[in-house]
Amino acid sequence: MTTQISPSAPAPAGAAAVPGPRRRVPGPAAMLVLGGTAVLVLAVVSMFVGVSDVSLSSLLAGDEHAWTIFWVSRVPRTLSIILAGMALSVAGLIMQLMARNKFVEPSTVGTIESASLGILVVTVLIPGASLFMKMSTATLFAVAGTALFLLILRRIPLRNTLIVPLVGIMLGGVIAAVTTFFAYRFDLLQTLNSWMTGDFSGVLRGRYELLWIVGALTLIGFLAADRFTVAGMGQEFTTNLGLNYNRVMTLGLIIVSLISAVVVVSVGSVPFLGLIVPNLVSLLVGDNVRRAIPWVAIFGAGFVLVCDIIGRTIRYPYEIPVGVIVAAVGSVLFLYLLLRKRSARA
Amino acid sequence: MIQVNGVTKTYGSTPVVDGVSCHIKEGGVTSIIGPNGAGKSTLLSIISRLLKSDAGSVTVDGLDVSAAPGKDLARKMAILRQDNHLTVRLTVRDLVGFGRYPHNGGRPTAACREKIEQAMAFLDLTELADRFVDELSGGQRQRAFIAMVLAQDTDYLLLDEPLNNLDMKHSVEMMRLLRRLTDELGKTVVLVIHDINFASCYSDDIIAMADGKLLHQGPPSAIMQPEVLRDIYEIDIRIEEIEGNRIGVYFA
Repeated sequence: MTTQISPSAPAPAGAAAVPGPRRRVPGPAAMLVLGGTAVLVLAVVSMFVGVSDVSLSSLLAGDEHAWTIFWVSRVPRTLSIILAGMALSVAGLIMQLMARNKFVEPSTVGTIESASLGILVVTVLIPGASLFMKMSTATLFAVAGTALFLLILRRIPLRNTLIVPLVGIMLGGVIAAVTTFFAYRFDLLQTLNSWMTGDFSGVLRGRYELLWIVGALTLIGFLAADRFTVAGMGQEFTTNLGLNYNRVMTLGLIIVSLISAVVVVSVGSVPFLGLIVPNLVSLLVGDNVRRAIPWVAIFGAGFVLVCDIIGRTIRYPYEIPVGVIVAAVGSVLFLYLLLRKRSARA
Repeated sequence: MIQVNGVTKTYGSTPVVDGVSCHIKEGGVTSIIGPNGAGKSTLLSIISRLLKSDAGSVTVDGLDVSAAPGKDLARKMAILRQDNHLTVRLTVRDLVGFGRYPHNGGRPTAACREKIEQAMAFLDLTELADRFVDELSGGQRQRAFIAMVLAQDTDYLLLDEPLNNLDMKHSVEMMRLLRRLTDELGKTVVLVIHDINFASCYSDDIIAMADGKLLHQGPPSAIMQPEVLRDIYEIDIRIEEIEGNRIGVYFA
């Protein structure tokens, strides 16, 4: 069987040899380096914001107290912001590809709610449960809740753009209601609130290290990038290209659930992050996951860093939880993007 | 060669495809025609392993589609369904590039890049290569999807109503293109099509179905007969010979 494809019109000489102009992404590698540098700068700024006096000069002067705070509180906090910001954004992207819908993310499909329910169950049943035990239970519950969402989606004959996020919000609402009921009965409402509202103020050395797991999961997401892009094209495309659709979906389910569970257990959920960041990146570079995922990670980390710095400074010396700032800034940003997109199309 | 043996698919108690056996020979355009609900698309989906049959078997060049590894099948045949909605924002070049996935697992070689450029050139998409698919017109988008399955570089190309959403000009262009794929590249093209006259003018072989059963199979000259078409569609269709093609007249 012949495999040579001859174009109908003779192609201009060297047309195939010259890589096509990337009209939308001027020098992608250079831009990524720039973005990465910006995140580093923000990270440095983040390490010098706070109530205790930790300044560059006090560190250089060898102030032991300053150094202790720096290593025990500041560095872990900044690291956990970067890790959680990256991972939650990537989890949002993967969730959107799995649901084939741009308006879902772990906090709108029941994943986060299920993880919280899991922690509640383990807290009530095993009062002295270790962090690892909480994380495992939260992961199991998150997998179950997300799988339930995906199963419901499969059974909905009319999968229009609005039904999908609505189903997710309803499912999340039901799970959250059950959780709230039991949290109320067991007097754990305040604890529950701390899982649902991301807050990095409690991060200390020895209490954030689980987050390295989500860093690793983000990397796995990057390595499996093409699979997720293909899955995002639908079951039929995936089968046609020789991939096992259910296997890709299972991998995505595990990554999203594990990221959500670990983040909820260690710092609490940061709602809408996984919605805003991937959509923003999609408008700029599209959805080819291999190209988009570094951007999603950089934007995610940078966005949470900025929001955390804002939260720590506007009511200084008090702090506003980062989840609140992300939701406020994010919804305005998202609204702007939606409106701009519409007017550009009109 | 595609061999279909006693394939049956039932939804509830209604058989949608009812014991269909046929064989589709290599190299050539085969059209599957028939009224609505005849089971044409279902049969195509079963042949292309997108749907599991309840009974019977399908082999493509000896590979059993229900058992052979997905990757092997993906290098042997490509399927494009109708109504392809992409929710992911991909450029035309990225989309066409994913056609190479079964060959390179996501790591394109120089040869792959060349195949991608050739597939785009074949469908006149080179100018649009860096545009996002969701910014294209319906006809351009359809061409981009065809370019993707073309880049997949399989011997067999299965298309479910490729003329859907195309106007007359683009329909003719699409059929000419499919003809060129078989004549110039030696591919085997199988398509589900509604318009019997397109089927008559561009096919080597026609498979006619109704009520889930295969009624007739043969070259256009054998199928484009008033009594045969009456059997398939239950209406009277006059046949006129125009420039060597048999055209059915059924508008009034």
